Amino acid sequence: MTFHNILIMRHELLLTIVMLLVLIIDLFATGNNRKLIIPIALILFLTVTAIGFLPAQYGQLFGGMYITSGTTILMKNVLNIAVFIILLQSVAWLKLEENKQKLAEYFVLILSTLIGMNFMISSGDFLMLYIGLETATIPLAALAAYTHHQTKSAEAGIKLILSSALSSGIMLYGISMVYGTTGSVSFAEVALQWGNAPLQMLAFLFFFAGMAFKISLVPFHLWTADVYEGAPVNVTSYLSVVSKGSAAFVLMLVLFRVFPSIVEHWQKVLYAIAVLTMTVGNLFALRQQNLKRFLAFSSIAQAGFILLGIIGASPLGMSTVIFFVLAYVFTNLAAFGVISAVSSATGKENMADYNGLYQTNPKLSLLLMLALFSLAGIPPVAGFFGKFFLFASAASKGFYWLVFIAVVNATVSLYYYLLPVKAMFINKNEQPVPTFRSDFYMKAGLLLAAAGTLAVGMLSIGYEYIASFSYGLQ
Amino acid sequence: MTNYSYTLLIPLIPLAIFLITGLAGHKFKPIVSGLTGTMGLTIAAFLSYTTAIRYFFIDGPANGMYPQIKAVSTVWLRFTDTLHIDLGILIDPISVMMLVVVTTVSLMAHIYSLGYMKGERGFARFYSFLSLFSFSMLGLVLATNIFQMYIFWELVGVSSFLLIGFYYEKPSAVAASKKAFIVTRFADLGFLIGILMLSFTTNTFDFITLTSTSGPIIAAPAGAAFVGISVVSWALILVFIGGAGKSAMFPLHIWLPDAMEGPTPVSALIHAATMVVAGVYLVARLFPAYALAAPDALHVVAWVGGFSSLFAAVIAITQIDIKRVLAFSTMSQIGYMMMALGVSGYGDHEGLGYMASMFHLFTHAMFKALLFLGAGSIIHAVHSNNMTDMGGLRKYLPITHITFLIACLTIAGIPPLSGFWSKDEILAAALHHNPALFAIGIGVAGLTAFYMFRLYYNVFWGQERHYHHTPHESPLVMTIPLMFLAFAAVFSGFLPFSHLVTSDLKTFETHTDLAVAIPSVLIALVGIGVATVMYRKPNSLPDRVSSSIKGLYTASFRKFWIDEVYQFVTKKIIFSGVSRPIAWFDRHVIDDTMNAVGWLVVTTSERIKGFQSGQVQQYAAVFVSSVVLLVLVFVYLFSN
Repeated sequence: MTFHNILIMRHELLLTIVMLLVLIIDLFATGNNRKLIIPIALILFLTVTAIGFLPAQYGQLFGGMYITSGTTILMKNVLNIAVFIILLQSVAWLKLEENKQKLAEYFVLILSTLIGMNFMISSGDFLMLYIGLETATIPLAALAAYTHHQTKSAEAGIKLILSSALSSGIMLYGISMVYGTTGSVSFAEVALQWGNAPLQMLAFLFFFAGMAFKISLVPFHLWTADVYEGAPVNVTSYLSVVSKGSAAFVLMLVLFRVFPSIVEHWQKVLYAIAVLTMTVGNLFALRQQNLKRFLAFSSIAQAGFILLGIIGASPLGMSTVIFFVLAYVFTNLAAFGVISAVSSATGKENMADYNGLYQTNPKLSLLLMLALFSLAGIPPVAGFFGKFFLFASAASKGFYWLVFIAVVNATVSLYYYLLPVKAMFINKNEQPVPTFRSDFYMKAGLLLAAAGTLAVGMLSIGYEYIASFSYGLQ
Repeated sequence: MTNYSYTLLIPLIPLAIFLITGLAGHKFKPIVSGLTGTMGLTIAAFLSYTTAIRYFFIDGPANGMYPQIKAVSTVWLRFTDTLHIDLGILIDPISVMMLVVVTTVSLMAHIYSLGYMKGERGFARFYSFLSLFSFSMLGLVLATNIFQMYIFWELVGVSSFLLIGFYYEKPSAVAASKKAFIVTRFADLGFLIGILMLSFTTNTFDFITLTSTSGPIIAAPAGAAFVGISVVSWALILVFIGGAGKSAMFPLHIWLPDAMEGPTPVSALIHAATMVVAGVYLVARLFPAYALAAPDALHVVAWVGGFSSLFAAVIAITQIDIKRVLAFSTMSQIGYMMMALGVSGYGDHEGLGYMASMFHLFTHAMFKALLFLGAGSIIHAVHSNNMTDMGGLRKYLPITHITFLIACLTIAGIPPLSGFWSKDEILAAALHHNPALFAIGIGVAGLTAFYMFRLYYNVFWGQERHYHHTPHESPLVMTIPLMFLAFAAVFSGFLPFSHLVTSDLKTFETHTDLAVAIPSVLIALVGIGVATVMYRKPNSLPDRVSSSIKGLYTASFRKFWIDEVYQFVTKKIIFSGVSRPIAWFDRHVIDDTMNAVGWLVVTTSERIKGFQSGQVQQYAAVFVSSVVLLVLVFVYLFSN
């Protein structure tokens, strides 16, 4: 292995460097200097994100344990964009008195989970996948408990770590059975030997349950609402966008790479889980009052839609999933951005608090409306095209009933997505949230998310770009 | 080949101005919006003229043919490799010609409105709508494919709706804007179905491919016949229905007279010179397809055009609202253009009708805009639309009078004014193709001369009325556009159109056919003569004539009761016969079903709330039992 080859791991290496730099700067920072970490970390991360788009070398390392291809680079870039926006939106909250002392921790934790996710995406081997998964999960629990003096946040951290320990255990059990039946943990090797013996089916389902936990598919979703509600808003948005998106990518890659031989079987599993996830997510979302909880269930329902892209097992499906996640990144970050702005300015997170928001904060209200329209799938914003392509890819493989159920669910979801809009624009409130101004970082973050939501919908370039990378599943 | 990508600015400038004045207009004084709009249009017009001069005169035809250039093109939505919706700019003779027409008339309307709309509430809103319209119309004429055209077609419809209903506090304006929108929207349904059929049979939206003589429609017409007419013909007939709606062809014309509720500059811009000729432009855009693959569709175009032209001319004779006279006159002249397209063949001298139609579109835009703006100047002076409130105005409004007279002579087809040349070509093409349509054309020429001079004499001569205050000439900002358009109306007839805009992009020679020119001029003179006798001085002749043909007069005055027919069909038949039962079904069966579903959803959601207890040990139990359940279902039921 030469130095030249190691550049195949460009994304992970750069992120590790940034993480270490932030850690070192934090060691030497004192008092007011500590604030400088924010712009430095942001600039470093922006550079890394930009470098990600430069042409890269494809290939394998460590005897196939690590793989880089056009698809994985694209997925990592999508995640980087999302993380950048989240970091921008976190600044106001990090500057609060209670968080100031440990703000470097936030960056380090976020970056280390992101590194774990990148390794998951690039893994060519169950072992690497598992290590990536744990690297991604454990710091997340720390992040959820970031404001640990608040009971809810501490509770979220504990619930996340306990639940994920269980799911990791089951997943690891599945992986051990994979090794037991095939004598290998390498994706390529396992794919060659995989059949549909009951033990192998069992192994697959155990592995799948572990991934389903990460994507919070029903019935493995119960942790989601409590953790989302308890964690700080920015961590919630990280969980619902980056963590979920990366897990969806990984599930898709593994299904396509390792289990093509039992495609009819996993299609049935996905079918059942997709129907359950969309429906249950919607049913719970209908009644939520806390906006974070509301978005948690909405994100469960959205994960059900993602399965429609995966289930077709086609290149078209693959590019539609990446496109959907991109649209979902911008849209959800616009929504979470507004909630984060309101929450860090006033501490309010309930739907009733948003009554009459348009009177006092018209721009934020319009932005949240845009995001909710996109989540509901109203053209011409990003979410519409995301759903449209997913439905089209599932329909093109003949899953008409599934698409029908998805359409019904999308219609139901329109109801609850419009509830906050009604609250902001129509409901009267004697004491609405007072007018406040957001700082530069928050504005930039919101603007990026809004621009992305509009641009991904209206310009076809994004979709063409994604499609050009995703064909050919390596 | 010259790079025309700068033409992208021509539609984008009005769009930018619309966004600026629309979103931030209330922050400035109204006049700022007006001036910004006018400045922007000036730049757009300048760029259009530059493009026209470069395209027609500097670059000229290459190898005897004008090139069709896609100056800008991006894929917007891809369905298959050949079927994709692009957004782009197509530069070819008709689009360049339309650029000149649209930007010229729009610029004139912008300048004129600075005076006409002065002091109106919503002055800034008016200008932002004008910019929106200009953007939509320019996007429409520059479209590279039929779907892009459809998108802008609808945008044009929306901006027309907004402008007709500009005085939204006036119920009649609101009703008129709704009527215009609904009628044209209804016709657009035909257009959309036509597009779908065309793209289904040909696998493309692209205009160049659709009209190429080696393309999928013309070289290899596909698709089965229905009622003896091929799929392509049906598709093109449906597309024409869309065009007929926008161009106010019989029987979809009912919205145009009512649209005169909008401010007069709007009538000049939208309902005389630009939007209403979109239908003609659409047929011209697809002309090779019509001519070579669907001659039966072209017959429909010819007869609808010819009939509308006669029908509208007859109605125009009896109207007393000057803007409505002009509205029917517009319909009649557009009928002319449609008829000319309908009688045209493809290629070389056969394509005379096509050339004539485009020629007339051009000259008509100038003189009709002039007539409307003149009418606006008159209305501005006497504060009424009715001829009965006017008379003897020539002393008070000298500039308006002279320019209006020029416009009347032009539309009547008196040589050497521009209307004569273009109308002459239309009649020559009609004579060549079908004597019956030629006869209609001649008849309409006579009627046109008559009703225009009836209007002219009633307004400027005849008996002077008692005015509340002495009418006075409009300010310069309004009369300069009049003078400019009068200049264009006089001289645009000398443009060598057969060397510029032709059906097959090649040039050909035309000559004036005396067998056509002499009768058409004679009948125009007869029309003017009769109008002079009847209306120049107050006398009882008009009343005697109208009472001697009372039935016909009333029929024409009531516009042949077409509106009433629509009222009857919609209110009596469709609303009570079809809609009421459906509404009952909807309210009782559908709504109740939906309410039941909603109740079910809410109840279920209430019941299953317990699953989310917040206890992590319960979560773990659910997790493990779910895995077990999955295993049971999939390992024992499905795998074997």
